[in-house]
Formats: sequence, C-alpha cells, structure tokens
Amino acid sequence: MCLAIPMKLIKIEGNKGIVALSGVKKEISLDLLKEVEIGDYLIIHAGFAIEKLNEEEAKKTLAIWEEIGTLQKQ
Amino acid sequence: MKYITEYRDKNLSGKIAEKINGYLKGYKGKISLMEVCGTHTHSIFRSGIMSLLSDKIEHLSGPGCPVCVTPNKFIDTAIAYSRLPDVIITTFGDMIKVPGSSSSLEKEKANSGKIKIIYSPLESLEIARAHPEQKVVFLGVGFETTAPLVASTILRAKEENFDNFFVLSGHKLIPPAMQSLLESGEIKIDGFICPGHVSAIIGERPYKPIADKYGIPSVIIGFEPIDILEGIEMLIRQIVEKEKSEVENQYKRVVRSEGNQKALFLMNKVFEIKNSDWRGLGLLPNSGLYIKKAYSEFDAEKKISVKVEKTKIHPECICGKVLCGTKKPYDCTLFSKSCTPENPIGPCMVSSEGTCAAYYKFKKQ
Repeated sequence: MCLAIPMKLIKIEGNKGIVALSGVKKEISLDLLKEVEIGDYLIIHAGFAIEKLNEEEAKKTLAIWEEIGTLQKQ
Repeated sequence: MKYITEYRDKNLSGKIAEKINGYLKGYKGKISLMEVCGTHTHSIFRSGIMSLLSDKIEHLSGPGCPVCVTPNKFIDTAIAYSRLPDVIITTFGDMIKVPGSSSSLEKEKANSGKIKIIYSPLESLEIARAHPEQKVVFLGVGFETTAPLVASTILRAKEENFDNFFVLSGHKLIPPAMQSLLESGEIKIDGFICPGHVSAIIGERPYKPIADKYGIPSVIIGFEPIDILEGIEMLIRQIVEKEKSEVENQYKRVVRSEGNQKALFLMNKVFEIKNSDWRGLGLLPNSGLYIKKAYSEFDAEKKISVKVEKTKIHPECICGKVLCGTKKPYDCTLFSKSCTPENPIGPCMVSSEGTCAAYYKFKKQ
C-alpha cells in the first residue's frame, strides 16, 4: 500500500535519514534519492524515501484551484 | 498535516466535481475510467468521490494490487521454502493471508514460526546477520515502486558479502498489464488513472504507447480526494474534447516527468525484464523483473531448490476476472458469504489493496 503522506526529514546520517510526522519518527534509507536536505518532505515506501515533494508544484496546483473557485463565485 | 489537509478540502471537491459534470451535460453514453493501483481503489471508495460525479462515469479497478496479481505458484513456492528446515521467510504483511493451492503462509507461520513479517526489505539483512546458520528468503512482490528498494537491498547484501540472503522475485511492471487489457478487447476503457508512486519511479514516458498507439488518455494522479478529482477532470476533458489522447501528470508535486532516475538505475542494474505470469491476465510478455546473472548468488530460485506442489485454483473464485475489470466482486458467489477479509478465499479479499476487500469494506452489495 502506498503511503501518500509526505514526511519531513529531520536528520541525515550517511545514507540513512530520520523522518517525522505528527510526533512519529522513523528511520528510512536515502539510497534512492540523489540530493536531500533537512526540512525536505519525502515520500516513503517500505522504509525507503522514493521521492522528494516539490513544494513549488504543490503550491501551484492549489493556487490554480483556488483561482477557479474565486472565478466561479464572481 | 502539511500538503495533505489542503487536498481534502470539501468545498474544493464540490467545485471540481461541478466542473467535471459540466463537461458531461451534453455527452451521450458512458465513460469507463480504470485505476491500476490498489491505493487508488481504496482512496476512491473511502472518500466517496464517485457519488459527487455524473453517473455517466464508471469507475473500474484493474490489476493494481501486487499481492492479488501474484499467481498461486509463487505462493506455493514460498510455502515450500518455508518448510525447509534451514530457511527463514521474510515478507510484507499482506502476503501472509493469501491462500496458495493448499495452505497459506499464515498457516505455515503458526506451524513453524519461521516466517517473519517485515516493513522494509533491509530488515531481511538484519535477520540474516542474526541467523548465519539459516538462509533468509525475502518474498519480492510489488511493482516498480518496490523493485528499486529490493534492488538496493541486494546491492547492499553484495557489498557486505552476505551468503545467506536470497530474494524470490515476483516483481511486475504495470504498463505491460495496462496494454494487455487494451489488447484483450474484453473491456471498454476510456481513460486510465495511472498509479502515483509507480509513476514516481518510472515517470511519464512508459505510458506514451497507451495514449499514442491505443488512443487512451492516461493521467498520473495522486492519492488525496482533490488529486483524484483533478485527475478525473483532466481525463474527462480529454475524452469529451476528443482532440488528442495524451499522458498528463496531475501529481507533479511528486512525479517528475523523467521519474526517479537513480531508482531506475538501481532497478535496471539488478533486474532484467522477462515474461511473467499474472493472476487473471496470464503470461504477459516483458512484464516481470528477474534477478540478473551478475547477482544470481541472491536468487532464491537459482540457489535453493525445492519441490513445489501442483497448482490448484478455487473453482468458484473469480479474482482473476475482478483484476481485469470484467467482473465485479458482487458477481462472485463467494463474496461476503464464505469469502471475507477474516477468511479470504481469493487474494483480492486479502490485501488492504484488493478490490474485493474495498467493496466489502465500503460498498457491501
């Protein structure tokens, strides 16, 4: 089952990282990612980070829909 | 929760649904959209978003649950391994209850206790280290999302010179299964909801033949209600406008156009693509991942010989047809009578990703 909730990277130790979500912390492997930084939101699958969330894209999608909502109201 | 709560906004859901239904006002006929990811199956049912949409849209679940598409022979082989005195099986939890031809790993676990449920394939290495006298066999089940993690684990085992860690690889590829459904002509599919995290690994390109050759719009979609609605909006727009069919990406915050190149590199380093047997779909060309010769020291099938019982399939279970979208769970005589999540007869009722399990939990018809 895919875990859709991005978790925040709070610590990096070599190829391992610690991610956190609502107080739960988890050790994960960073082997599948090229570059990560503390504070990145990561998509986790079976103990591995498989991708980094692109915050710019996330904001863009939400902004487009907010705009559509506003236009429909007018 | 950051980047989650916003994607569950009810007002926004209503607005997107209105837009979708607006496209369909003058449209004649039905539109069938298929998802090929068990997490989508459950997310669509749990959120109830289909109830917001025109009944001209039909939702079909395809072969997107890894445990469900794994054929009995794989499970029987795993069970046979578990009965060897010097083997420990490690597996993801949802494989445990899947019935094989005459037993299940859960029953074997109760007998021998040598089957361990793990969360990450890397835990298999810790178990192998703690039990040097035993052979640890990890059951490699899953699509492109999971195969790179297993590849990474095999590479780690090679680096650290493990000689008691093995993988039974049943990994499969999603795009060949989608093409096979279209080739079969048994089912009408007007658009594909492409899996979010498989796509995070493989990117957009592998779906291109589906849009170009078969003319079926394909949209990569995230898992939250707003994601799914936005993705359906993109699909319906393509279908109604009929200008061209293309691959679009709704889940850009996670899926890059080119996918995760590092994960693909590791996957291709360790695995090679060959034909693979799928429950329901049969033997599909170039749809399975097998361990390459260079890493055959970790290939359970090559290194540990075992006698496997003859495959038997429950005569009434229609899981195979449910996986192809040609039958619904409630077409099955066993559904919610003798086959329930507590007592599953077919794998589609076992897994948290299975279509029968989703119908049982959310629809009960």
